[in-house]
Amino acid sequence: MKRIILTGVAFSAVLSFLSAQTKKPGANPAMARGKKVYEQYCLTCHQVDGSGVPHLNPPLIKTTFVLGDKPTLVQVILKGMQSSVPIDDEYYSNNMPPHNFLKDQEIADVLTYVRNNFGNKASAVTAAEVKAIRAKN
Amino acid sequence: MKTRVVLLGYLSMMTLLSVQCLANNGDSSAVRRTVADPGNAGLKLPAGFKAQAIAENLGAARHIAVTPLGDVYVKIQTSKPGKAIAVIHGNDVKTFGTYRGTGMVIKGKYLYTSSDEDVYRYALNDKFEVINPEQPEKIVTGLINRHQHEAKALTLDNDGNIYVNIGAYSNSCQVQDRAKGSKGMEGCPIRDSAAGIWQFRADKQNQTYGDGSRYATGLRNVVGLDWNTTDNQLFVMQHGRDGLFDMFPEYYNLQQGNELPAECMYALKKGDDAGWPYIYYDGQQQKKILSPEYGGDGKKTGGENAIDPVVAFPAHMAPNGLLFYTGSQFPAKYKNGAFVAFHGSWNRQKGQKGYFVAFVPFKDGKPSGKWEVFADDFAGVPDIQSPGQAKHRPCGLAQGPDGSLYVTDDVKGTVYKITYSGK
Ligand code: HEC
Repeated sequence: MKRIILTGVAFSAVLSFLSAQTKKPGANPAMARGKKVYEQYCLTCHQVDGSGVPHLNPPLIKTTFVLGDKPTLVQVILKGMQSSVPIDDEYYSNNMPPHNFLKDQEIADVLTYVRNNFGNKASAVTAAEVKAIRAKN
Repeated sequence: MKTRVVLLGYLSMMTLLSVQCLANNGDSSAVRRTVADPGNAGLKLPAGFKAQAIAENLGAARHIAVTPLGDVYVKIQTSKPGKAIAVIHGNDVKTFGTYRGTGMVIKGKYLYTSSDEDVYRYALNDKFEVINPEQPEKIVTGLINRHQHEAKALTLDNDGNIYVNIGAYSNSCQVQDRAKGSKGMEGCPIRDSAAGIWQFRADKQNQTYGDGSRYATGLRNVVGLDWNTTDNQLFVMQHGRDGLFDMFPEYYNLQQGNELPAECMYALKKGDDAGWPYIYYDGQQQKKILSPEYGGDGKKTGGENAIDPVVAFPAHMAPNGLLFYTGSQFPAKYKNGAFVAFHGSWNRQKGQKGYFVAFVPFKDGKPSGKWEVFADDFAGVPDIQSPGQAKHRPCGLAQGPDGSLYVTDDVKGTVYKITYSGK
């Protein structure tokens, strides 16, 4: 069953990938800035296409975390993740380091980029939201 | 998987579904092929060699062992009940066991396997079949598994000892793993219970740390290891560290991050220290360089007491299998040399490397020439950018009774048999 869902996800990812090709890239400045942050701090592990590394680093494509509520997602970036629990049914044998050295704006930009790339579609994250979530730690 | 789908393009949804089911169902769709394959199962080989896929769709096929009668045992990395070990006998594939893990070796009348915490052995009968698949003896238990570098790869010597990798649950022993700016821990405590090879007795049950000894330390993670019978010595392939460019852009540019450090082959003696986490081996400068987490800057050397590698390969290629070839089927230059299965890199930026089986010639137990690519094109795509695109990734190696070389693939669970006929 999981495979069928994943395949469905993959299929729609192809469709949105194709439709994304027809849009003009970089139209949104937050997206352009977020891409830069992604390339510097996330790309090695989560890969150029957000597909991750099988069994090592999870994909950022339509996962519960990426599309889910913003406080949880922002905390993953701030605190990293060493949970050893499966993510959407898969184990990943690596640690996600904390990225609390990134500025509020950088975190907002990279998450906005991730949530609207690799076939994802979710609302933007703002620097004010990141600031408020960080303040709770 | 995403990439596979992209590659398949506009195939119908139904076809995709059936392909996916087939590829992921473990042994239920496993097949054995006995016909010669003019396409060499997609592999590129030196002249005179041929490859054939003897099984497919086994699941994540890790290490492998072949019996003197030609049956093939494969450790499958899965927690699905009854699917931990695949046995290929004639045209038939059976499975048994329930535990994740990688290790798989046959020595004498026993099959040795490992989960990510324990080592087991199964007694074999006169036909080298497992007598009691449900009740292996637990040889070693309680080894650390923190879900990073957790594979407990195995090999044995000729004196009744078993050698077990216990990988470091860390990249470079930082206070906070892989965090930018986090320093390396002084007197790295990980080395007390991991980051080395432990030696245990092969015939004693329920051993744990106190019953064995730390045979060698300072090894970040070893998946490929083998006992060299020419000079009675343990050889290992280390997975080198990551993150030099990502965490220290002030000392390393992207290119250096891609090319450092070397993936190293070490010849070990009892008590050796390969230097992790304090140093890494720079294959370009051919020096042991102080790790930046411990005050290094890419130039300062260190590790005066650490051993040097016997072979330095390009960075990040992830050596998952090592085998000394003792057969007579292959041409003379291969005799006693080392085959190394490189799983393939993920942390090089702008183009990945590996996804092949390499060969290193040996003479008198020492490398005697440059390494070369032996079997290539496992990935099945040109110019691979991300490991998810790879159709196959080589992992385990074994030698058959007739001197054929067996290679596993842990993407789809293909088992390749490579033979030499000179034609
Ligand atoms: C050193 C590798 C590494 C780096 C760098 C890294 N991650 Fe991760 N990331 C991981 C791993 C490994 C996990 C899963 C950890 C676990 O299972 O406990 C993860 C989990 C996540 C998750 C939650 C799980 C999921 O798949 O949705 C998100 C979201 C995420 N990372 C985003 C990012 C972003 C954005 C960046 C850059 C700012 C980044 N990561 C940098 C390795 C990394």
